[in-house]
Amino acid sequence: MSRARRIALYQALAVAIPVLLLEVACRVGLIQPLTMPTPSSMVVGLVEILASGRINAAILKTLANVAAAFVLASVAGVALGALLHRAAPVRRLLEPLFSTYYAIPIYAFYPLFIVVFGLGDAPQVLIGFMLALVAVIVSTLNGLDSVPRVLIKTARVCRMNAVQTATQVTLPYAAPHLFTGVKLAAAYSFIGVIGAEFIMSQSGLGYEIRFAFDNLDNQVMYPLILLILVVSVTVNFTLDHWDKALRARRGAAR
Amino acid sequence: MKAPLALIVLLLLLLWQGVHMLAGPDALAPPLQTIAYLGAQLPTPEFQAHILATGSAFALAVAIAIAGGLAIGLATGLSQTATEVVEPLLLAGNSIPKIALYPIVLLLFGIGMPAKVAFGAIHGVIPVAIFTMSACRNIAPVLLKSAAVMRLSRLDRIGSILLPAALPEIVTGLRMGFSLTLIGTVLGEMFGAQSGLGYLLMTAIGLQNTQVIMAVTLLLVVFAAGVSTALLAYERRLRSRT
Repeated sequence: MSRARRIALYQALAVAIPVLLLEVACRVGLIQPLTMPTPSSMVVGLVEILASGRINAAILKTLANVAAAFVLASVAGVALGALLHRAAPVRRLLEPLFSTYYAIPIYAFYPLFIVVFGLGDAPQVLIGFMLALVAVIVSTLNGLDSVPRVLIKTARVCRMNAVQTATQVTLPYAAPHLFTGVKLAAAYSFIGVIGAEFIMSQSGLGYEIRFAFDNLDNQVMYPLILLILVVSVTVNFTLDHWDKALRARRGAAR
Repeated sequence: MKAPLALIVLLLLLLWQGVHMLAGPDALAPPLQTIAYLGAQLPTPEFQAHILATGSAFALAVAIAIAGGLAIGLATGLSQTATEVVEPLLLAGNSIPKIALYPIVLLLFGIGMPAKVAFGAIHGVIPVAIFTMSACRNIAPVLLKSAAVMRLSRLDRIGSILLPAALPEIVTGLRMGFSLTLIGTVLGEMFGAQSGLGYLLMTAIGLQNTQVIMAVTLLLVVFAAGVSTALLAYERRLRSRT
């Protein structure tokens, strides 16, 4: 068995064994059904809920909000990162803000956003956007820092203007770093939007979980939690896979 | 370093005042009024009880997150295979919206202190583990070889070689873990708690009391940013040492 296969096997075991133990603990009554139903019944419940289609609207709404936060943060983050990289004094000024940014409990601003924007989609998207933005900016700056001077000089010799240099030379070179930022942005958008929905909202997956929880409806709550876990882990693994492929093609450019 | 920091604080306060003027006093209490309100609230016993509730839950959660994260990170970081197996799982765990797990935590631990602590610790443990693991992997092989040549015991190797060499990166992990645990603890208090700053925030949302919202937010931000800045300075000193 190859090394990669063996590691994949260990990973499968590391996930499967705890799930199996949980299944057994639930079946022998170590964990009461009121606390947690068996993992197998969560899967059955999820399939039923998805087939019935009654939460499709909530899923679509959450995914749309996550996508909006993700796209906005990625585009704005790369653009702001590229601009800041050219404006060294502003960058030096903002650097301490970036390094402590993730210490700030962004959710604490959510009540404020509700008061300002109302209880629509905007506050949720804004929370996801704010969580994701700085990760993209910082990755973009790191990426642009890694561009060798010779490439920038070559661009100057070729008489490229600032926009051409950015879009044709420096940003493509920094792509692996940018992708790290994009990967984080995806995770943060999910965390931000679903968290905001859970705290206070009128629809979406986070809201549905909160609603089921408040009504002690484990038959709905656990399948939905499973759905969120599956979706966020799948997105993470897919992006990770692309990331590895991208780096491998570059000969592990770092 | 000092001047830009003061400038940033000033800019943020101006931004705050600007948003206040744009959005109106109903949406957002102005900075000076909030600071004055916070100053008046801080000495009152009710407010201190909330701070104490959050503070003690947070202290316990941070201790658990750091101990757990260091244990996972050190146990797996020393083996190449274990790192390759566990790291993708931890990274995937990090991308999960933890709030989706909150109902489970509440059902397992019941409403109260243990649920808050558990929820805070869940947030912090993974980043500490990830950074500790990567710190172990990035240790210069020559150090480990020297340890082997000197026939150091496993404990000695961890105590006198691994930890000092990996410390700067571990501190990065602690910084991340610290802030995420704080966020987790406060989030945990927002639902099904009877006291604490998160509970205060949630009741203030219900009453649309922007003054309380702003004061609690300000307190959390100042505390989080203050500790994070101090840890960052410590980290820079450690890095410049080598």
